[in-house]
Formats: sequence, structure tokens, C-alpha cells
Amino acid sequence: MKRRHRVPLLLGALYQLGEVGILLGKTLRNIFRRPFEKRIFIQQIEEIGAGSLPVISLTAAFGGLVFALQTYIGFHRYIGVGSEAYGGPVISLSLVKELIPILVGLMVSGRVGSAMAAEIGTMRITEQVDALISLGADPNRYLVVPRTLASVLMLPCLTLYGDIIGIACAFVYSTVIMGVNRIIYLRNTLLYLEIWDVASGLIKAAVFGLLIAVIGCWQGLKTEGGAEGVGRATTRTVVIASITILIVNFFLSRALPSTI
Amino acid sequence: MIKIVDLHKSFGKTPVLRGVDLEIEAGETMVVIGQSGSGKSVLLKHLMGILKPDKGKIMIDGLEITRLGEEGLQRISRKFGMLFQSAALFDSLTVGENVSFGLERYTDYSPAEIGRIVAESLTEVGLEGIEGLMPYELSGGMRKRVGLARAIAYGPEIILYDEPSTGIDPIRADSINDLINDLKRDLRVTSVVITHDMVSSYKVADRIAMLYEGRIIEIGTPAEIQASSNPIIQQFIHGRARGPITDR
Repeated sequence: MKRRHRVPLLLGALYQLGEVGILLGKTLRNIFRRPFEKRIFIQQIEEIGAGSLPVISLTAAFGGLVFALQTYIGFHRYIGVGSEAYGGPVISLSLVKELIPILVGLMVSGRVGSAMAAEIGTMRITEQVDALISLGADPNRYLVVPRTLASVLMLPCLTLYGDIIGIACAFVYSTVIMGVNRIIYLRNTLLYLEIWDVASGLIKAAVFGLLIAVIGCWQGLKTEGGAEGVGRATTRTVVIASITILIVNFFLSRALPSTI
Repeated sequence: MIKIVDLHKSFGKTPVLRGVDLEIEAGETMVVIGQSGSGKSVLLKHLMGILKPDKGKIMIDGLEITRLGEEGLQRISRKFGMLFQSAALFDSLTVGENVSFGLERYTDYSPAEIGRIVAESLTEVGLEGIEGLMPYELSGGMRKRVGLARAIAYGPEIILYDEPSTGIDPIRADSINDLINDLKRDLRVTSVVITHDMVSSYKVADRIAMLYEGRIIEIGTPAEIQASSNPIIQQFIHGRARGPITDR
């Protein structure tokens, strides 16, 4: 009996994966086709980029602070007094390679991915997507391509911004509040943190941007059933995108070389 | 000429169209009547290529559109204009941008020419000077008329009307009927009108087709439909609560 339930569940998951794959393939193909919807692209750049700055500032700042706090405790307790200044590279490495890209990905999936699903979902149930087709506009080129491009471009920018905020907050906390030697902290950070560490975090962010936009648009385009359907699409977008980001992050961390 | 042959469409296990056959001549106004949920809007969306049939075919001027891919459908969509039941105006665009949407995609007109055509189209539906308003600032009837202005702005050969008089007061509804007739007379536009409104049907139709249980059960001129001996047609056109449709 249990086996009978498992098969449709697996088929359903494969079907949905296939749907996302088809949408992704179509979007990547359409990126190089004309006309390019510049106006929507710029709107989305503003919405994803400028609109996310406050939330990214807060999450990156407190992410950096808490990481500095725990690293200080760890070094102080297990290595010894005076070793805390060597925490700088550890904090910075963890922030730029893992914590900030993930925090930015999760925040943007909650803020922007859900908005994409809600906006496109509402357009779908009010026949606006059908109207696009009737007026000669391909919904993929008009709705999905500009959102995807904007998301892929803005996530690394937000991540770089978050890196700066997070590292700065961790530095201030460690040196000003906890009294760590700022010269040693800075020297060690600059010595051990490589450009590639930052770049690998930005590559991850670009992949997360692609996932968020494609999942949000996919859920929006398959919305059915009125306001309740729109609500379902937004919730699913946040859940699916967040889980996907965490899973993909692990595999990217494994796949990307630790140094080049 | 539009030719629909043995069109079938189901949603899940629910069959909606069960073998629709219909021919619409160039320049003709065909009104399709039927109960709510009988599949009239589904039929219209097949004509636009928005929905794909499970079986059957649709020919537009000899070209089978049901076999066309996305690129082919986009090319043929230039021939069509569609007024949606809910107007389907783009929320994020102004009225002017909504009306110019098709013009910008289908024509090479300059922005000044597009502005002029947008103003003319809005005047034709009785809404001068509202280009700068957003759709949420309009009443339901105004939205519908803007939707009509958008559908006619780029001069399509075939216009599909999904419930054009729903949500509009009777006087405005009659002016839309006049507009449908004007477009047919002046531009030889082929029209397919989906409606429940028998007054509108009699005024605009060259022929009326009744869709019932997924098939066209009768087709004829307004006079022929009014004189039909089919009790289903008689119950529907007279809007009787009792009869073969409801007694089943």
C-alpha cells in the first residue's frame, strides 16, 4: 500500500522538476532573442537591488556580529587568550563564502521570489498572461527573462554589499567591543582572505538568483484558483527556493575549488 | 475564414469541448451563445492559440493553427484582437500603455503616430483623454472599453469578444454593439462574440451558434434561431428557469 503512494509522489516530483527544467531552458534561450524588455528589466533591477538593501544591511550586519561573537568565544576558550585576533580570516572566509550568500539568497527569495510569484500569479488568474499572448508578447520573454536576468545580476551585487557590511561589523565588534588587537586582526584577514573566496561567494549568489527567479516565475505561471492559488504560489516559492538554495549551496561548496 | 473541426478539450477528467464543428466566413459576425461553464471562453482561447486542443483542428484562412509552434502562433496573433471577459488590462501599465501595447509590437509606427492611434481608439470607445490613468482608477465598464480599444488599436482582421456587454450599463452595452457593427461594416472585420445577452446577440449577429454539452447544437441567423423548434434553444433564448436544460 505504502509503495503505491510513493510512486505517484516520485512521479510528481520528477514532473515538477521537468517543468522547472523546461522553463529554465526556454528562459536561457530567450535571453539572446529580441525584443528585450528593457523597461521591466530596469524596474526589476531597482526592485531586487535597491529594494533589498535595508533587509540585506540588517541581516549581514547581525550575521557578522553573531559570527564575530561566537568566533571570539571559540578562539578564547579552545586556543587561548590572545588567539582571538586570528579569528579575523576565519570570520571573513565564512562570511564571504557561505553565510552572506545564503542569507542574501534566503532574504531575496522571501522578499522578491514571493513577489514574482504573486505578481505573475495574479496576472495569470486575471487573464493578463493570456492578454500578453493575444498581443504578440511571449510571456516568457516579457515576464521571465527580465526578472531572471535582473536577479542573476543583482544577487552578486547584494552579496558583495553584504560581505562588506558583515566583515565591517565583525571587525568593529571584535576590536572595539571585545578588545582584539586590530592590527593583527586586519593583517591576518588581508593575508589569508583571497579574491577567489569572495568570487566563489558571488558565483553562488548568481546561481541563487537564477533559482529564485525561475522558481518564482514558474510558480506564478502555474497559479490556478483565485486569491487562494496566489497565496499558495507565494508560499511554495519561498519554501522551494529556500530549500533549493540550501541544497545547491552544499553542492556548489563541494564543486567550487577552495582556492585557485 | 475560420474553420473549426471536431474540436475536443478536457481539463483533467472533465470534458469541456466534445467535438465542436463551426465555420465562420470572412467579414461575418458569429455569436456563440451557451450557458455559463459551457466552454464558450475555452473555444475562444483555442482560436487565439492560448489553449491547445486534445483533438481536432482550427484553420484560419487555410492555415492549421493547432499545429503551429510558439513562433508561428505569435506571427498569426497579429490577425487577432481579443476583448477579454475581465478586460485583462495590465495592472502595471497606464491606459495609454495598455492600448499601445499591440501597436508597439505589431507595427513600425513612430511614438507620435502610436499616440495618435491610441487617442483615436479611446475616442472610439467613448473614453477621451484618459491615457495617463492607471487601470485601478477605472470602473469595471471603463476597463472593459479600454480592453476593447486595446483590441482594435492595431487593426486586426478578426476580433474575438468574450462577453462584451457584461458589467456595462445597457446604454454603454448598446454602444459597444454599434461599435462591433461599425467595425464589420467599415473594416470588414470578422467577429466572434461570446455572450449570454440575447439583445446584443440579435443586434450584432449575422449568425448565432448555440454551444451545449460541448457541441454546437444549432446554428442559424437570428430569425432562424428565434424560430427554432429545439426546446433547448427556446429555453435558453427566452431565459426560462424550467425546461430541458434545467430538468435533466
